[in-house]
Amino acid sequence: MPDSSLLDQVKDFANRPNPYPIYAKLRQNPVSRQDDGTEAGTWVASTHGTIARLLQDPRISSETLPPADRPRTGNPLTDLIVKPLKDWMMDRHRVFIFRDPPDHDALRSAVMHQFSQERVQAMRARSDKLVADLLDEKRDAREIDAVDDLAYPLPVTVICELFGVPREDEPKFHGWATQLATALEPDSLFDPEIRAKNSRTFDAIGGYMGDLIKEKRRHPQDDMLSGLANHATPAGVKMGDYDLIATSILMLVAGHETTVNLITNGLLTLLRHPDELERLRQDPMRAPRLIEELLRYEPPVQFRTRRTLAAIDIAGVTIPEGADLVLLLAAGNRDESVFPDPDRFDPDRTGTRHLGFGGSLHYCVGAPLARFEAEAALTALARRLKAPRLIADPPPYRQGAALRGPENLRVAIDGIA
Amino acid sequence: MAASERAVVVGAGLAGLRGAEALREAGFSGSLTIVGGEPHLPYDRPPLSKHVLAGAIPAHATTLPHGLEADVDWQLGTPAAGLDRRAGTVRLADGRTLPYDRLLIATGTRARPWPNPHEGRLSGVFTLRGRDDAAALRQALEAGPRRVLVIGGGFIGCEVASLCRSLGLPVTLVEPGPTLLARVLGSRIGAFIGAIHEGRGVDLRCGSEVEWLEGEGGRLVRAHCTDGSRIEADVAVIALGAVRNTEWLDGAGLSADPGGVDCDGAGYVLDAEGHADPRIAAAGDVARFPHPLYDGRRVALEHWSHAVAQAVHAGRLLAGAPPDAAYGALPTFWSTQGNLVVKSAGLTEGADAVAITQGNPASGRFIALYGRAGRCIAAVSVDSARWLPAHAELVATGAPFPPEGAATDRPKGVELFEPGFS
Amino acid sequence: MSTPADASSGSPPGLRVSVDLNLCQAYAQCCYAAPQHFRIEGHEALFYDPAPAAQHRDDIERARVACPVQAIRVEDSGRGA
Repeated sequence: MPDSSLLDQVKDFANRPNPYPIYAKLRQNPVSRQDDGTEAGTWVASTHGTIARLLQDPRISSETLPPADRPRTGNPLTDLIVKPLKDWMMDRHRVFIFRDPPDHDALRSAVMHQFSQERVQAMRARSDKLVADLLDEKRDAREIDAVDDLAYPLPVTVICELFGVPREDEPKFHGWATQLATALEPDSLFDPEIRAKNSRTFDAIGGYMGDLIKEKRRHPQDDMLSGLANHATPAGVKMGDYDLIATSILMLVAGHETTVNLITNGLLTLLRHPDELERLRQDPMRAPRLIEELLRYEPPVQFRTRRTLAAIDIAGVTIPEGADLVLLLAAGNRDESVFPDPDRFDPDRTGTRHLGFGGSLHYCVGAPLARFEAEAALTALARRLKAPRLIADPPPYRQGAALRGPENLRVAIDGIA
Repeated sequence: MAASERAVVVGAGLAGLRGAEALREAGFSGSLTIVGGEPHLPYDRPPLSKHVLAGAIPAHATTLPHGLEADVDWQLGTPAAGLDRRAGTVRLADGRTLPYDRLLIATGTRARPWPNPHEGRLSGVFTLRGRDDAAALRQALEAGPRRVLVIGGGFIGCEVASLCRSLGLPVTLVEPGPTLLARVLGSRIGAFIGAIHEGRGVDLRCGSEVEWLEGEGGRLVRAHCTDGSRIEADVAVIALGAVRNTEWLDGAGLSADPGGVDCDGAGYVLDAEGHADPRIAAAGDVARFPHPLYDGRRVALEHWSHAVAQAVHAGRLLAGAPPDAAYGALPTFWSTQGNLVVKSAGLTEGADAVAITQGNPASGRFIALYGRAGRCIAAVSVDSARWLPAHAELVATGAPFPPEGAATDRPKGVELFEPGFS
Repeated sequence: MSTPADASSGSPPGLRVSVDLNLCQAYAQCCYAAPQHFRIEGHEALFYDPAPAAQHRDDIERARVACPVQAIRVEDSGRGA
């Protein structure tokens, strides 16, 4: 099989249930150039060592978004004045996962300042309660969909409460989040139709957030959005409205599209390893180790894109300057030179430096929330589901290759304790 | 290896402990004795000048986690006083002797005392090396002194001074060199770090020297500087560096002096004729060895990670499971100065240029990369730890200096400075 | 043969924690997992409790496994290392 087709195979929806054999083939060349139809191609790093090294290399840029280019409307006023202005604003206020230091650091520091211990601890307790309530609702069911019944509503409720999005507005975010999450899928960035949809979605959610920010200024509450809108960090960083809108969209989308996969992949993996499910039921404190192993074994974010600012010599090849780069986190997580017997799910591994949350400057902001939510969900599922059986294995998957996870996870049960 | 063999580890600090663990892990099944001069199980030193002085934890809470079984013979509170290689024994200060078949020397260092012993004994004058030193100094800081005088602007001096500021105590730091940390980092980078500390209220007096300490009724009351100035202070911390504990090796026929005990590339100690003694290895602050990354220059490193890595190396060596390569880990260390973190990789000695390659000294967060003869030899991070590994790799591979090509947050066309080593 | 009990310190039985601060890059995951025992001051100065009481072992375990650079070492006299 020619090397050039492997990245296409990763993106191929047919391989969504099990991309790992393709990753193994990619790892035969730790960094490889993959044909993507362009002259330059896309460079893919697939071993733990090369990914970890590139994540912390200052010659790697996260500014991978192409310049904004809203669809033309045919109205000259709009196309000549409003469109360039809006495009310029979009570029200037990109979300910080697509930005480099020093701008990235300032925006992130503002978020981290509001993402306080107290708030996260409050959500830790809240997660347990939400899980209990969601499972209580299904008490007499003989079948659940782990996605719709638990894995989706839990993180969505948590991120909305954390940010102070009113409960009644939560449903609006479902479609918005799914659409905007395509920004992490490499091909979507250059698909004019998807980009046009993303612009419209961004305008809609941006309009909503702008209004909500005004409301938080008039009536500050104890939530992150109120904090970001009204207070500077100790170093004096306070976001302007556009950055604040972009940042809150990023956080809300991330809260909708990632943890759901961690929880769903978690239950799926446990149902495929009934001994581990039973051990978790017996000892809930296996959860922290089990979740780290999940982040290695089935990470919700399979890869991230970057761009090189200079030519980089690595693993016997030279990535040219200006190259598009895919860091295949999920492939590095199965690197046999770092994780013996890598395709085995083994929560008892020690010293696991998995790449499930990325690394270096862009390490997942929401990681602590994801861990608490997954612990709350998986320990409760292990304890309360009576005789759970997978109805379809593999389950149907969602479209995304980067944000990868089941669309549904139907589980037959004898009830919920 | 016979189960009747006897291993003795002299030094119950970090290196001694990790060396003993490595001996066991590498399969040494004989008897294992660990000798320590202090009456304490191995403890972690870095928290002493930070958490313990801050009162965040008591001194005894620094005891290190370890993986040794209960069959270790701990000889604590009695330092080693002599080594007889012909007889194969270590003599303790109380006259007992311990026979060995394998010996690990990990006796470390002690604080260099104030040169005038009478002044050094004044109440209120402290050094900071051991756990008991830290407990005593903590007590003095807790009492709310009028002013703390720190003598010496190396890493320990910087840590103590900045910690005093965190506690809200007035503090003066006197350093004879042109800036803080000038000997290790050069005056260019030292000045940047000095500015951060001055901004946080440390009264910094570089290019100044304390001539004598004045006491009243046995208590420190002020210090007199060579320029005639006086500093009213009731606590003084002598931070003049460390002296290696090699005196106990006098007469043992080893190549040892106050700069350390010499080892070969493998890690065995050398005798006076330069021959390796295959029964004895050394590790940690006290071991002087040829560093392969620096053209075999003989160095003795007082770094935490070095103590661990070299001790693990030496432990395996003594257990008869020698590592594949000579010991040559990239030297790295960190220093927490108040809430500022300074980290480094490599050795700056001999640098002919330095560049700021990430961040900005004015913002208080940056990376400085040191070069010598067109190669990267060291990197220092100030509150920028996540950028250090990439720079450490430049150092470990001797990459060309200055680095070429664009990078995020790198000033355009990296500017080179004189590092300012005197 | 002497015993490894540290007679001189009188330290209570419990957990021993040490962090390799060379490795630490201030990801602060330990601070979220066990806020009573780990905290970051300034940008990246980690302060931690080296001797937490045994009843906190669950949070300490969460902190240990969550560390992205695996810099946290815990010795649990109640359970073995």
